[in-house]
Amino acid sequence: MTKHARPPTRNKSPYPYWLYLPAGAVFLLIFLVPTGLAFYFSLTRWTLFDSTFVGLDNFRDFLAEQNLRVGFQNTLFYAVVTSGLKVVLGLGLGVLLTGRMRLRGFLRAVVFFPVLVSTVAVGITFSALLRPDTGLVNKALAVVGVSGPDWLGDATTALLSVGLVDVWAGVGLATVIYIAGILSIPTDYYQAVAVDGGTAWHRFRHVTLPLSWPATYSVIILSLIGGLRSFEFVWTMTRGGPGFSSDVIASIIYKQYQAGFFGLSTAGNVLLFLIVTALVLPLNHFLGKRQVT
Amino acid sequence: MKSSPPTLTMAVAVVAIAALTSCGTSGDDEPAAGGPVTLSFLTGSDQSTVDTSKALADAFMKVNPDIKIEIENQPGGSEGDNVIKTRLSTGEMSDVFWYNSGSLLQALNPAQTMVDLTGDPVLADVQPDYLPVVSQGGRAFGVPATTLAGGGILYNRKVYERLGLRVPRTWDEFMANNEKIKAADITPVISTFKDTWTSQLFVLSDFYNVQAATPNFAADYTAGKAKFATTPAAIGGFQHLADVHARDFMNKGFGSAVLDQGLKMLIEGAGAHYPMLTTLLPAQLENYPQTATDVGFFGLPGADAAKHGATVWEPAALYIAKTTEHLDAAKKFLAFVASPAGTDAVTAAVRPSGPYRIKGSKLPEDALQVAKDLQVYIDQGATAPALEFLSPIKGPSLEQITVAVGSGLTPPAEGAAQYDQDVEKQAKQLGLTGW
Repeated sequence: MTKHARPPTRNKSPYPYWLYLPAGAVFLLIFLVPTGLAFYFSLTRWTLFDSTFVGLDNFRDFLAEQNLRVGFQNTLFYAVVTSGLKVVLGLGLGVLLTGRMRLRGFLRAVVFFPVLVSTVAVGITFSALLRPDTGLVNKALAVVGVSGPDWLGDATTALLSVGLVDVWAGVGLATVIYIAGILSIPTDYYQAVAVDGGTAWHRFRHVTLPLSWPATYSVIILSLIGGLRSFEFVWTMTRGGPGFSSDVIASIIYKQYQAGFFGLSTAGNVLLFLIVTALVLPLNHFLGKRQVT
Repeated sequence: MKSSPPTLTMAVAVVAIAALTSCGTSGDDEPAAGGPVTLSFLTGSDQSTVDTSKALADAFMKVNPDIKIEIENQPGGSEGDNVIKTRLSTGEMSDVFWYNSGSLLQALNPAQTMVDLTGDPVLADVQPDYLPVVSQGGRAFGVPATTLAGGGILYNRKVYERLGLRVPRTWDEFMANNEKIKAADITPVISTFKDTWTSQLFVLSDFYNVQAATPNFAADYTAGKAKFATTPAAIGGFQHLADVHARDFMNKGFGSAVLDQGLKMLIEGAGAHYPMLTTLLPAQLENYPQTATDVGFFGLPGADAAKHGATVWEPAALYIAKTTEHLDAAKKFLAFVASPAGTDAVTAAVRPSGPYRIKGSKLPEDALQVAKDLQVYIDQGATAPALEFLSPIKGPSLEQITVAVGSGLTPPAEGAAQYDQDVEKQAKQLGLTGW
């Protein structure tokens, strides 16, 4: 916030501090206390009925989890693929939908629509659409003579199918961010390209692409964090299966919670928190620096 | 933003106060002694559990008009487990509740959370060899709420008749039958791996064969001395899964098929064998009356025809929460459930898929074919309870491992070794000695 021409006394709030008390109490009670407790319970063997302190055993057991390596690989793969596709498709749709065309408003609404639908509903709908025998996708493929695979039931395609559904549902948000970014580019640059006799490709390559960097930055950060924490789509469509082939970190943690290993799954969550922070902070720093230049 | 609008702060304050005050108003008003009593009864949500619970409650209320039972439903599986655990640990449990017997019960800490029924007349009619599966530390806590179930192969008898097949007594005979069934363009083994739990049956119902080969397996396994990967008989179940996949005996799209599709295939004869529990059949009768006669049951075949038998699942039980305020009424209800009058009430609503665990209860003439097939094994003494009723440890990832082995993603020996690790994790979390 910019400083106003006020005498440099301590900033006096127009409201007395005790007005913060109710909000503070709620924040303390339903956020800070549980967070603190989570750090404690991650050090215990916890059955909900009682807990025994076991030190760092849970962290060791979590790291020894047999499918953790697969889970990590899948999580990274999923985060990179979905955020990469969202950048490419979002940029393309953004350029398309800022150009002069008929039905532009309608098409923008269509692209944004999947964002409004609950992720769980999208997941359940797509598991029906992707069924091997009765699903719409394979029926459509059969019309053109292609026999589609068992998208979600086959280990080689399961994770990728889930990722593509995620992109379908999330690309609308990326597009909106790009539209905003592209519209904020001053028209002078485009006129300059036109004066120099540049083509549409030149306009895109030398103006739109570099100057929409802030939008790219936001899309990458948002979708990468979303991808690392991805859970709803994986859980509603494959539950990490078949076997462990589409397990991500969040689904591994959830399964431990389901099994009643409450201390262990809390330890996993603490680790996930640290990992996401460790990945996103430097990325944020790096991308933020490019934004300034 | 330096200051929030005062209305927002006010709203938060109001919500906070409302949330805090509402905590104090729970707990029902005490009824006057001797007056009408309302019992709350928490049960599952799958069709046969709902029907059974409703039949029991209705029949009980007819003979006890001063006691009213209110049924509450909750999801099954591990989601339901966590609801039950949370409600027990916070003291919010209903008076009476339906829950699994065997290993899952051990995780509920029954000594702390449930009413001890040891020596109580409530248990008078319960078959004594049922009690261990509802006990912890020698104290019994529940009464059987439904029938015994067989776990093994459900098969379509019409397909067997048409192809002139005989019920196999060894694994080799079973695979030979599968070969003929496949040649007749029928799916030999139905697999529904989208409902992951259904993939475990080849391993779990192989336990009769494991025990026949290594009688001490359950005890040694609980003590951490016997492992699946190092006990040849115990790897068998994993090997069966892999064999069936390798010979291409499964239905197309097995990876995304679900239980209901599998049962439909079996009953309509599109598939011949389905490794499954008999309890799932009564719910199908409404849509497919032929279930009663067309579907039969045999135990998972092992290596030796002379030692053929079946693995059985003990019925789930009704328990009383320690926090109940209507102990007498709750005991009265459980005593009714565990009596021939109670099982008659269930039989009238749900045709039994296996024998009851109550003294003096008989299978009716029109019992399902699978119940009659199971009764034969029981009469011969050729049954063993599933491992989860003999040991408190059941690894939570078995269903994913069996999907991986059954889909050809993991070799059977590796799957067994993975399961051993999974079991170790569970044993450590339970704080068992020797692990």
